[in-house]
Order: sequence, then structure tokens, then C-alpha cells
Amino acid sequence: MLRKSSWLSKAGRIGSSLLLGASLSVAQAQAADQELLNSSYDIARELFSEYNELFAKQWQEKTGKTVEIKQSHAGSSRQAQAILQGLRADVVTYNQVTDVDILHQRGNLIPENWRERLPNASSPYYSTMAFLVREGNPKNIRNWDDLVRDDVSSVLPNPKTSGNGRYTYLAALGYAQKTFGDDQDAIDDFLRNMLGNVAVFDTGGRGATTTFVERGIGDVLLTFEAEVNNIAAQNEGYEVVVPKISFLAEFPVTWIDKSVEKNGTEELAKAYLENLYTEDAQRLIAGFYNRVHNETVKAEFADQFPEVELLPVEEIGGSWENVMKVHFASGGKLDQLQRR
Amino acid sequence: MNQSPSGLLPGRSSQPGKRVLPGFALSLGVSLFFISLVLILPVTGLIVQTAGMGWAEYWAVVTDERVVASYKVTLWAAALASIINGVVGLLLAWVLVRYEFPGKRLMDALVDLPFALPTAVAGITLTALFAPDGWYGQLFALLGIKVAFTPLGIIVAMSFTSLPFVVRTVQPVLEDFAPEDEEAAVSLGASDWTVFRRILLPAMWPALMTGVALSFTRSLGEFGAVIFIAGNMPYVSEIISLMIFVRLQEFDHAAASAIASVVLVASLILLLGINLWQARYLRRLQGR
Repeated sequence: MLRKSSWLSKAGRIGSSLLLGASLSVAQAQAADQELLNSSYDIARELFSEYNELFAKQWQEKTGKTVEIKQSHAGSSRQAQAILQGLRADVVTYNQVTDVDILHQRGNLIPENWRERLPNASSPYYSTMAFLVREGNPKNIRNWDDLVRDDVSSVLPNPKTSGNGRYTYLAALGYAQKTFGDDQDAIDDFLRNMLGNVAVFDTGGRGATTTFVERGIGDVLLTFEAEVNNIAAQNEGYEVVVPKISFLAEFPVTWIDKSVEKNGTEELAKAYLENLYTEDAQRLIAGFYNRVHNETVKAEFADQFPEVELLPVEEIGGSWENVMKVHFASGGKLDQLQRR
Repeated sequence: MNQSPSGLLPGRSSQPGKRVLPGFALSLGVSLFFISLVLILPVTGLIVQTAGMGWAEYWAVVTDERVVASYKVTLWAAALASIINGVVGLLLAWVLVRYEFPGKRLMDALVDLPFALPTAVAGITLTALFAPDGWYGQLFALLGIKVAFTPLGIIVAMSFTSLPFVVRTVQPVLEDFAPEDEEAAVSLGASDWTVFRRILLPAMWPALMTGVALSFTRSLGEFGAVIFIAGNMPYVSEIISLMIFVRLQEFDHAAASAIASVVLVASLILLLGINLWQARYLRRLQGR
């Protein structure tokens, strides 16, 4: 089934994504039988360009059709915004559940129960928040309580503008809840002090990485375990510290019902996402330091992923909706904690 | 304009209701069309998005403590940046007009670089230079001054992106300036400083003010260049554009438009004020 994509709609698509600052990279130049647009988060560029190759090969073996997969990467809130404003992406692969939820709430582009459509609550892989410290760990940073020490300065993306930053905030909150129990004042003090030690609030995850690595600011960088490991593997002079307790960061995926209907790509889109759960794909994903569900792959990469008590959002704040309202909305807990 | 000269013939231009220069209706029509397309449409969009919220809600959003802090930071930084640009830009324009030296053309071209460079690139480059381990940052660190990730960095980024405004507004005025006035003043015994203060500056003043005002309003809205160097600490180095960006991330278009409307109105008032003042000043200058 050939996708009807006129020059105009193509130009419109590219134009609208460029307008929103997203970058659109074309995987293959020659015309393919089918096309698929994956709208994804900022730091997944490398992961999905490898996965696309893997999938395209398997799809051709199975159906005999060639497929051209286009990727669009930016902060996932901005990406969701682009889809709400008309970008007809076939699938989304985000790093925040709320950015997928909004596609149902604001645009009714997907059903409410989208999380039930794929295994593991539609999250083919997961990660957690970890620390990157300078070589030899000179400030001896081992756990969340080291981040509130007066002599420690940290770098994390702004929780107001970045899902990555929100995860770190929630991980620290989870740790504080475990440590201080019902003592709300102690929890607030802990978070206030932790936020007070932040040297720079970048707007996104990659910006924070640049500030810590290239500019030499701060003693510790707080970001995804996957990002932390990638930096340590590619650069000299850093060490990875994974705290004993952290947040369960899920990477939700789904197909956009309204788009695949129009684009005639439903079968392809579903296959693209279901294929993420296969052993080959899970191995590829784990290679990028993401934690996966497949038992065989899990065993292969066991020494890469230390044991962590991963707290899901439900345990920390009830639900995503609730957490967003209580902590991150304008005037919420985060704003109160950052008040002078 | 290369219009047919017939419109300029005395016989036709003296007819009542006819303008000397032909094509008035067409050129005004085209101008108005483009102004509405480029300016009024986005502004209308802004108003429509803001209109969804009540007055109380609007007021609460635009007077939020953190947002007010960002107005202060942005206004101060933009004011200082445009004053710096006023001085440096005037000097640059002076050098480019009055002196001949090798590399003058190159320097003239380089002035426009901040306009040509994507602002994000400018921001990242400036951050790299002014970070504590950067080329300039190291020197400042010796003096105990931190530039990157402080409000000082915001001023640097704003000055950089808006410098061409001052140079490019002052330059043509200086080029057109007749040397006779200066020569007359000197022959009457005026010192260099008096010539500058009483002859040159009054003539350049309107252009300089326009340049400074443009530089100021440009700085108010700057995002790309500032965001990388500011450090974005709440209440200390958060700019208005970041507050708007945050609201957009929260999918709160109304609140984002509300904050944007404050910047827009402030800029419009300032530019209008400068225009009115300039008209009065020029009248006074010519009426003397």
C-alpha cells in the first residue's frame, strides 16, 4: 500500500518541524515503498538511527517492501506540541508519559488507554537517574544526601523546561520520602537545599551535559543513567555513580491513531513499535545503556546495570497527573521551593 | 522609483487631488498588506490566545513574583547592554566613517556578523569563551569576576546580538555630515571637545537614540543567545523569554501569550516614544 504524500504536505511537515526547532533527518535518500515518521526525544537520535536500520531490514525480509523512516528529535514536550499543531507523525517515542497523554487530552489523537496497547505499559525500555562525577570522585558523592552538602555544586536541566530535570527532582523526592518518612518539613528542606546547590539550570539534558563536560562547571551532573554512561564511555576523566534508590524513568511509545489512519501506515507503525520488544532490538537498546525487559538480554548486560531500588511515579506522587499538578505546575511545590 | 516621467510634468501634478509622485495607492496598499501579514497577524494571534483568560487571571500571570523578577533582570541587562552598545557603536561608526585604514571594508562587514549568526550559535560560542575555563573567562577569573552563568553573561550576550543596530543607524548620519560646520566651529576657536559636543552630537543624537532603542527592544526579546550563557537561576538570571518558554512547555499558551504581551506593549511604547521625541527634536533642531 503506497502512501500518498504530495510535495505540499511533505514541505508542510518539514516546515512545521523546522519552525519548532526540531531537526529532521532523512534516513534514506532514494524513494522507498513506504514512509514512517518517528517523533522522538532529544537524546534518542543515535539510538533510533541504528534501530531504524535494523527494523527496515527485518520489514523488507518479512513483507518485501522497503521503508524509509524519518526521525524528528527535540525536547519531547515541544515534539508533542508540534503534533498537536498538525505534524502528522506516525509514531511517538518519548521520554515522558505526560507528553503522550497530552496527545489524548488536547487533540484526542490517541485513545485514553494507549498504555495498555503494548507490553510493559507501552514502555519498551526504561532508565533511571544517575550521577556523573569527575575522575576519582574528589567530593566523594555517593548518594542523594551528598547533593545537599555545602561544598557540592551540581548541574541538572531545569525541571520547569525538561522532563530529564523533572525525573531528577522526583528521584530526590523519592529518596527524601524514604529517608524522612512523614516529616514534610524535612523533605522540603532537603529538596530546597538540593536545588540551592545547582550551579546552572540548562533548558535541556544535552545542554546540561555540555555545561558539565565542556565548560567544567559543577562537581556532579544529574541525568539519565544512559546519558551518564555514554559520556563516561566517550570521554576521559569521569566516573559513573548510580545511587541505591532512584526514579523509574519510562520511555513510552505509541502510534498516533489519527495520523496512521490518514497516512495509511497503521500496520507498519504497529510493527515498528512491537519490534522494539524483540530480542535483537532490546540488545541494541541495552547497548545504549538503557535498561530492558527481555530476560536473556538482561542477563547479558547484568554487570552494566547495578541493582537500584526504582521508585515508580505512583509510589512517589500517586500519578503523573497528580505529580504534574502538585509539583511542577505554575505556583506548585517546585516554584515554592525555589522562592527566595 | 523608475516611473514614467509624465506624472512629474507640471501640467499634471498641478491638478487638484493629484500627487506629484505617482503610484501612491499601489505602494501604500502593498505596504499595508505586508505590514498586516508580517506584524498584525501574529499580534492578533497573541491577543486571541490571551483573550481566553479573564482579567484577574491575566494579572496573576503577568505579576507572578518569579516573572516580575525576570522583568527586572531583563530590563536591567537590556538597558546596560544598549548603553554599552551606544558608546561602543558610536565609536565604531565614527572610526568606520572618519578614518581610512587597511581592513576597513572587512571591519565594516564584520559589524553585521551578529545579525548573520544564528543566535543559538552566538550563545554557545560566547558561553565557551566566557566560561571559567574559556579564553576570556580565564582572564576574568583572575580578577575574581564570573561572567558566564551570571547576569553579567546576559549583558554580554545582549550587547553582542544588538550591536549592529547602533552602528548602522549612526553611520549614514555621520557620512552625510558636512565638514563645513565643524570647520566653521574650529575657525571660531572651538576646542575638539566643544565641536563634538555642540556640533556633532546634536546631529547624531536622534540616530543614536533610535539605535540604542532598537538595541534595547531587541535585547528584551532575545532568547537563543542568552539562554546558554545565563545560567537560568530563578530570581537571579532568568529572562522574560525563558518564562514564556516555560509556559509553552506547560502547554499553557494563554499564559505564554500574556507574558509576551507585556514585552510587546513595553517595546511598542518605547519605540513610539522615541519616534515622537525624535520628531520634536528634529523640529527644534531645524527651527533654530
